[in-house]
Amino acid sequence: MRPVLYVLTFLGLIALGFWAYRENYATQATLREVRGLQQEIANLREALSVQRAEWAYLNRPDRLRDLAGLNFDRLGLLPMEPGQFGTAAQVVFPVPEIPAITGPIDTMGGVVAVEDTFADQIEAIVASAAEEGL
Amino acid sequence: MRTPLRPLARILQARAEGANPDLIERENLNHRHQAMQERTHSRAAARLGLMSACFAAFFVLIGVRMGHLAASEPVEPVASAPGAEIVAQRADIVDRNGRILATNMTTHALYAHPADMVDPKGTAQALAAIFPDLDAAALERRFTDGRRFVWIRKVMSPEQMQKVHEIGDPGLLFGPREMRLYPNGTLLAHVLGGYSFGAEGVHSAEVIGTAGIEKAMDARLRDPAQGGEPLQLSIDLTVQATVEEVLQAGISALNAKGGAAIIMDVNTGEILAMASAPTFDPNDRPVPLVSKDAEPSDSPLFNRAVQGVYELGSTFKIFAVAQAMELGLVNPDTMVDANAPMIWGKHRIKEFEGHNYGPLLAVRDVIAKSSNVGTAHIALMIGGLRQQAFLKSMGFFEPTPLELVEAPGAKPLIPKKWPDIVTITTSYGHGMSASPMHLAAAYAAIGNGGIYVKPTLLKQTGPAKGTRVLSEKVAEDSVEMMRGVVTRGTASLAEVPGYEVAGKTGTADKPKRTGGYYKDKVINTFASVYPASDPRYVVLVTLDEPVDTTGPKPKRTAGWTSVPVAAEIIRRTAPILGIRPKVELPDQTTLTAAGN
Repeated sequence: MRPVLYVLTFLGLIALGFWAYRENYATQATLREVRGLQQEIANLREALSVQRAEWAYLNRPDRLRDLAGLNFDRLGLLPMEPGQFGTAAQVVFPVPEIPAITGPIDTMGGVVAVEDTFADQIEAIVASAAEEGL
Repeated sequence: MRTPLRPLARILQARAEGANPDLIERENLNHRHQAMQERTHSRAAARLGLMSACFAAFFVLIGVRMGHLAASEPVEPVASAPGAEIVAQRADIVDRNGRILATNMTTHALYAHPADMVDPKGTAQALAAIFPDLDAAALERRFTDGRRFVWIRKVMSPEQMQKVHEIGDPGLLFGPREMRLYPNGTLLAHVLGGYSFGAEGVHSAEVIGTAGIEKAMDARLRDPAQGGEPLQLSIDLTVQATVEEVLQAGISALNAKGGAAIIMDVNTGEILAMASAPTFDPNDRPVPLVSKDAEPSDSPLFNRAVQGVYELGSTFKIFAVAQAMELGLVNPDTMVDANAPMIWGKHRIKEFEGHNYGPLLAVRDVIAKSSNVGTAHIALMIGGLRQQAFLKSMGFFEPTPLELVEAPGAKPLIPKKWPDIVTITTSYGHGMSASPMHLAAAYAAIGNGGIYVKPTLLKQTGPAKGTRVLSEKVAEDSVEMMRGVVTRGTASLAEVPGYEVAGKTGTADKPKRTGGYYKDKVINTFASVYPASDPRYVVLVTLDEPVDTTGPKPKRTAGWTSVPVAAEIIRRTAPILGIRPKVELPDQTTLTAAGN
């Protein structure tokens, strides 16, 4: 029994050694990869900060002012004025859409004919009351 | 072999000789004890030896590791989670909307190992051709005098670096450098200050602030714990650009030596714009003046808004009047003595151009007409002690708490003694000197309903806590009086339709260095708040030696110089700040003619 145990332990040892060897190299490869990635991140970050600086430089107010002046013909940009403020009431309502006229419309003397209105009915009641002598 | 305690042979022999056999036993016992003692001792010695060997091994281990750590280049732990590394060694500075005011850029420094050089003379000449400020002969001398290391440039552009590469000398080497970049050029120069390199090495160099907020907040900007967080200022870049443009135009139109302008939020104490002219480029900070005769204000580095401690003239009158109202001594309609000239001891207090607004003048007209005599009488009612206490509560006795390295140095000039004549002159802004920043902070206190808030350059999240110095009613009345200055007084040019500007002009003669005052050199100030019905911002403009030459006679009063500049600043910046003008609409009930 004991020799079998020895052999198994020895085989186990060899297997573990093999495993540790592989893990070691895999770790080193991963670390190399991480180092590369971090280098790449650092480069990209640096590029980002350069581009942000570039953006700030190209958008500096005096350059924008000069550009607005140079391109006045096309853009017509002027400094903001107090008179450019508006109120919500100044915004026009959307124009109601008129449906396309497809058939003739009945009109009387230029006014669209109207059926008995409420005012006409009142007038009729008042007239009938006067007839009755009230 | 174990010796028996009572060996039979010796016992028997002893008994035969009549001796005590117990002695033998004791002797043997003693021997045995001695042997045991020796054994324990040697074992203990061995254990101690092992222990000290272990300790020594550990000490050697730790010592070697420490020596290794100290001698080797620091390396970031590679396996740790990414994102934790410091992005930049110095935090960015941004404006209140996040636009970049100062950032870092990677560039290279140039140094040389003359021992490795192939052609020192040719290299020196080639370098002098690339960098015009280098002297070829001096450089060649430094390359050939036997030193092993020479710094050539602290920073350079990529184009210059390429040209140096093209020289191709193995003795020329590059070291990475992080430099500070101010992309907006001269804009906001006095606030930002500038930078320089601290401790320099081949692989990196410390970037340190040399002036302005860069120096005042140096520890915060360099704090690795906040490395990624930009420092957000209260400045609005667009407003700042507009203010600088208008101020510069005003200075050239009025032939002024310089000027300053401040826009401050009355509720939070935030400075939205702060300009001082002439200005400079913080990317290439000029050297300070060293000549003894030079006035500090002659240098473009001088921040007039903070360091320009001058007598601020009539802008102070509103403080005397506000305090008198606060104490219940007067109200806006009280008539006060304004009979000029006023004689006080051997002093004569006169009005501008020898006017006489008296004999009696309403308090609101004292402000509108800017009467020295009227203010002097009000100040005498208050008395020197109470006047000092009030000005102190308005922050006039201390340097401004602004986050600029120049601010603590700009102490107001306070007379040591305070007799009645000082009470009188201080009430109309002579005798004591303060910076425009002090004045802006005090006007903010009037504008926001009587609470003194500390001015700040850092973005705030809400209204600042301050101390109450005036009641709300008095502050409101004071603003209304200052509105009178614009509608019917000395600052009529400040009227910006829709924005109800309320302010006070001040014209002070410039003091000579030798004592006394110049006749025709003045400092003009206009301090204002707007809109008067609910003040939001303080706008302050100071011009140094302005003169309006459009008329037949040169005009040097603030009403003709600082006031129009301030009005233009308000007209241009108020829409940017999102303040809607109040439109005087025609009366809705008015009948309009209609044809039938």
